[in-house]
Amino acid sequence: MNNVEQKWWLWPAISLFTVLVLLNVLPGFFALKATYLWTDIFIFLLLVMVVMFSAYIRSKEHLSRPWKRVFERKMAMASAVVLFVFVVVGLLDSIHFRLPLTQQQGAEVHYSVDVSSVLDVLTSDLHEKIEKTYSAPFAIQAFTKETIDLPGGGSQRIYPRLKYGGAHLEKPEEQRMADITWRSANSVWQSIIAMLFLLLVVTMVSARYTRQKFSFLLTQVLRGETHLPWRVAILVTWVILLIVLFLINTATHYHVFGTDKVGQDVLYLSLKSIRTGLVIGSLTTMVMLPFAVLMGVMAGYFQGWIDDVIQYIYTTLNSIPGVLLIAAAILSIQVFISNHPDMFGTSIERSDLRLLALCFILGITSWTGLCRLLRGEAFKLRELEYIQAAQAFGVKNLRIISRHILPNIMHIVLIIVVLDFSGLVLAEAVLSYVGVGVDPSTNSWGNMINAARLEMAREPLVWWSLAAAFSFMFILVLAANLFSDAVRDAFDPRMQRQK
Amino acid sequence: MFAYIIRRFFYALPILLGVNLLTFALFFIVNPADDMARMHLGQKHVTEEAVEKWKVEHGYHNPLFYNSEKAGVETLTETIFYKKSVRLFVFDFGYADDGRPIGRDIIERMWPSLAIAIPIFLIGILINISFALLLVFFRSTYIDIWGVVLCVILMSVSTLFYIIGGQFVIGKLMQLVPISGYDTGWSGFKFLVLPVVIGVIGGIGSSTRWYRTIFLEEIGKDYVRTARAKGLSEITVLFRHVLKNAMIPILTGVVVIIPLLFMGSLLLESFFGVPGLGSYTIDAIRNQDFAIVRSMVFLGSVLYIFGLLLTDISYTLVDPRVRLS
Repeated sequence: MNNVEQKWWLWPAISLFTVLVLLNVLPGFFALKATYLWTDIFIFLLLVMVVMFSAYIRSKEHLSRPWKRVFERKMAMASAVVLFVFVVVGLLDSIHFRLPLTQQQGAEVHYSVDVSSVLDVLTSDLHEKIEKTYSAPFAIQAFTKETIDLPGGGSQRIYPRLKYGGAHLEKPEEQRMADITWRSANSVWQSIIAMLFLLLVVTMVSARYTRQKFSFLLTQVLRGETHLPWRVAILVTWVILLIVLFLINTATHYHVFGTDKVGQDVLYLSLKSIRTGLVIGSLTTMVMLPFAVLMGVMAGYFQGWIDDVIQYIYTTLNSIPGVLLIAAAILSIQVFISNHPDMFGTSIERSDLRLLALCFILGITSWTGLCRLLRGEAFKLRELEYIQAAQAFGVKNLRIISRHILPNIMHIVLIIVVLDFSGLVLAEAVLSYVGVGVDPSTNSWGNMINAARLEMAREPLVWWSLAAAFSFMFILVLAANLFSDAVRDAFDPRMQRQK
Repeated sequence: MFAYIIRRFFYALPILLGVNLLTFALFFIVNPADDMARMHLGQKHVTEEAVEKWKVEHGYHNPLFYNSEKAGVETLTETIFYKKSVRLFVFDFGYADDGRPIGRDIIERMWPSLAIAIPIFLIGILINISFALLLVFFRSTYIDIWGVVLCVILMSVSTLFYIIGGQFVIGKLMQLVPISGYDTGWSGFKFLVLPVVIGVIGGIGSSTRWYRTIFLEEIGKDYVRTARAKGLSEITVLFRHVLKNAMIPILTGVVVIIPLLFMGSLLLESFFGVPGLGSYTIDAIRNQDFAIVRSMVFLGSVLYIFGLLLTDISYTLVDPRVRLS
């Protein structure tokens, strides 16, 4: 047992190492040129940290207990599954490479200028089918009338057929509804089969792992009698499978969420925006965390002039209205970027750097709250006997902070990180509207809303990009909010006293 | 009390100086005035003379901190830092890029901002506290549980959705009120209804939850148990005891905002075409008018610090134990 405990890092490290090596080797194998954007690197750093931390937490009983309490809640389990799906899409969209161009035999390989991601390849069906302009969800005809030359001479103003949407139908008016119904029905039974298969495999594996009887475990799961609410997780997974299969079945032949002004598929744009939302929600807290923790703990622990200086810094930063500080910083960066075009190779690198800059600035404006909380907590902790005892024994300050104070404030850090996530995702949309958000060329829900807003006066209304952006954002933020509620209840000692 | 206010005033000065230096660094050191001029005049085909002329017109031709060409006090006053940043301390905001005096614009645009912000603030507090008390009254019943879930759902919806949806449903489909616009006096009432309603709805989710946590924390305390033991009804306990004692945490969060109401709401004002300070700021950001943005940053921090002071003073009003000295 002791042996296992010491090597909690072994398996996650090996698997992470394999994944990273694969990420480096596989592009070459498929004759692609791997491209690493700055945010990609940060995302994978974050992933490594999350995997290592969770492995560490699993190995320690007292650390994993509150997490078990989190997942005991059905709501938290359900939202965790939803968040997981979003994260997977975001990660797939963070592996970037450049595709090789078609070339003659023996000639040197040239790579496309466009940087694509794994998600782009998986959804190539969506983003290669570009219509002329707007089209409604599941439409087969264009949204605006066009003058078409008739074969026998003369012309007529009609709604032309879409190039791709429903192009496989011969008599679209009669066949469309039947086709969509048939495809939906297909996805229902496919999802049921997929879910049953998943259920059996997972139960089988866990039966082997926990040395329980397979049939016993299966009935327990189905009756909802397991310790963690696996039945809820499986139900949510089924709903997600249903949606995914429905999209796979229909999005290949229709534009499920319609198309935007330049004819791009709105579903594709929404999927691409997931990464931006996740990056802003998570990288921002990651960049601000070291400062907030270090300064908060130092201010609370050392007090005196260090406390004064740190308090001065965060009061000053806090007194500037957040949006204006972000605006000021982003405007400065914009001027800098537009005056130094030679520093950035491709436009995607430029917009990526702006995304990263936005994360840093959002981090600077949002670290003060956490810093103040940690200062108060460290202030309280240093008065406790065990820390005074440590000081009396002559333990060095640095060691007291790392051994005795940091572990005891980690729950606050965790709660704030999870709570901040959803607010940041929402803030992105607002900032993009104000014009100080992500680069206009980056796919983001804020940019989608901003573009669609201008079409509100149109008759009939172009509602689908707004609907898609708002619903994707709503699902992500709602899941994050519900999950963070459970995390707060499980980790905050004050919450437990109330019960 | 008076001595306390004076001391707080002197404590605020270094903070304002810090804000000033920070914005100065962001606007003038990261981007030299030449770059700014070039951006305003268009990227290409800009002659040196045009850049110089733009800089002189807008007062950016001086050195940053120290002017060695002048003598005496003017070595310090004939600089960008003095002219653009130090002057803010006496609320001399200077001129926008289009030549309009910023100070007069701010005073003019303050009123529409207040016309929207004050109703939202007051109605919002009233509704949110009532809802929170209702949830606390029915605590750990289904009303409370579903009320909290509803709050989380309301919180998860983007403010932009409330605005766009409200404008569409109430303004366009039902045509109850004009979609956007502004008028002074009573005739402006019909323009204000929708933004105020949307502003209130947008805040319900998070605020109600916040008040509810505060009330729940109070309700677990000993004095509440004593009050119940005396045989007081639950309603008396809630309104007489819990609400009064929860004032300190509530004031901490609420009073700070009051001075900032002047700044207006960026989103509401720009969507509803209200000529307030919020839309003023947004327009300045979009036109990259740094003079206005700098003034608004300074004004915002002054108001925030003023709000902190107000918070401390308000404590003495609700809690006799608090003395400012």
